[in-house]
Amino acid sequence: MIIAERKPIDEIMAMLQGVKRLLLLGCKGCVTVCSAGGEREVEILASLIRLGKKKEGQPIEIIEAALTRQCDQEYIDSIDQWDGQYDAILSMACGVGVNFIANLRPVTPVFPAVNTTSFGGSQLQGVWTEQCAGCGNCILHLTGGLCPVARCAKSLMNGPCGGSQDGKCEINPEVPCIWQHIHDRLHRLNKGESLTAIMPIRDWSTAGHGGPRKTVRDDLTV
Amino acid sequence: MSDFTPDIRAFVCHYTSQQSCAAGAEGMAAEGFPANVRLARQVCTGKLKVSTLLAAFEDGADGVYVVGCPADQCHNAMGSQRAAKRVLAVRKALQELGVEPERIEMFHLERGLHPEFIATARNMDTRIRALGVGPFKGETA
Repeated sequence: MIIAERKPIDEIMAMLQGVKRLLLLGCKGCVTVCSAGGEREVEILASLIRLGKKKEGQPIEIIEAALTRQCDQEYIDSIDQWDGQYDAILSMACGVGVNFIANLRPVTPVFPAVNTTSFGGSQLQGVWTEQCAGCGNCILHLTGGLCPVARCAKSLMNGPCGGSQDGKCEINPEVPCIWQHIHDRLHRLNKGESLTAIMPIRDWSTAGHGGPRKTVRDDLTV
Repeated sequence: MSDFTPDIRAFVCHYTSQQSCAAGAEGMAAEGFPANVRLARQVCTGKLKVSTLLAAFEDGADGVYVVGCPADQCHNAMGSQRAAKRVLAVRKALQELGVEPERIEMFHLERGLHPEFIATARNMDTRIRALGVGPFKGETA
């Protein structure tokens, strides 16, 4: 899922200068699972914004809502029901949701309430770790299912580098060296010999270097 | 001497407050429980939401505190630990808003310690009187 975390309150309050009627939009997708922008977080942020505005002596009316998904045209159209009732929209969705809402409302200020950080998973309660970089050219079949693009600090294709120490990365002793894990795993799977093959220089054109990426499935379009 | 009487909200664990509440409002007042502290008993402080604590400030509280079981003796295993984390989240949020984080506090008290329960309320009353009127009470323009 997409991992996000709420922006600092002062940054959000600075965005809302002069805003008197706000539509605060959560998302019931990934940001609900990672506790950054679901219904509960909407309730909390709305309260904090009202308190912050009250402290500044400025009134604000906030409509609180959480859409099924903000990354889907089918669901974002539902904000029509609040037309005329707000001056700005603060989205607690990931960057995808913010873009979708901004596309939908070309003349309304749309602000982000969270920082979108990574594609990851929940390792422990309250701990999320990056696992995928969305590079558009998956090589997990060659690396034992472990991604060096997302999980190696240098995104090396032929690791580990000289900074790998006792299975840890030189950038931080708490960060595992994913290439050490790849080696260990492939040997466990009796595929250690595959590591002798040199991976070629990577073509990054699928990773966004050719502009925004677009996926079209002709079998699904109508 | 200021005539400011703070509005203080206390969210308290059912078990931790049992002995004090058994004394009744008059009994507690007789022992010095401040009249300006409003008690809200919880089945477990772990059930408290961050938004509930913030709502107390929105509702006009100058100070808020939570009284739960000792961290390792919660009747519901981790309830008071969860409450402490939520109080910490509100403290951080208050700080971000430029408000004294001391306006909210978490206390862990043994069950049945009646004088300590009263003393906690009195300490919080003293603290909030020193901090003065809460910043969320200003008239909006």
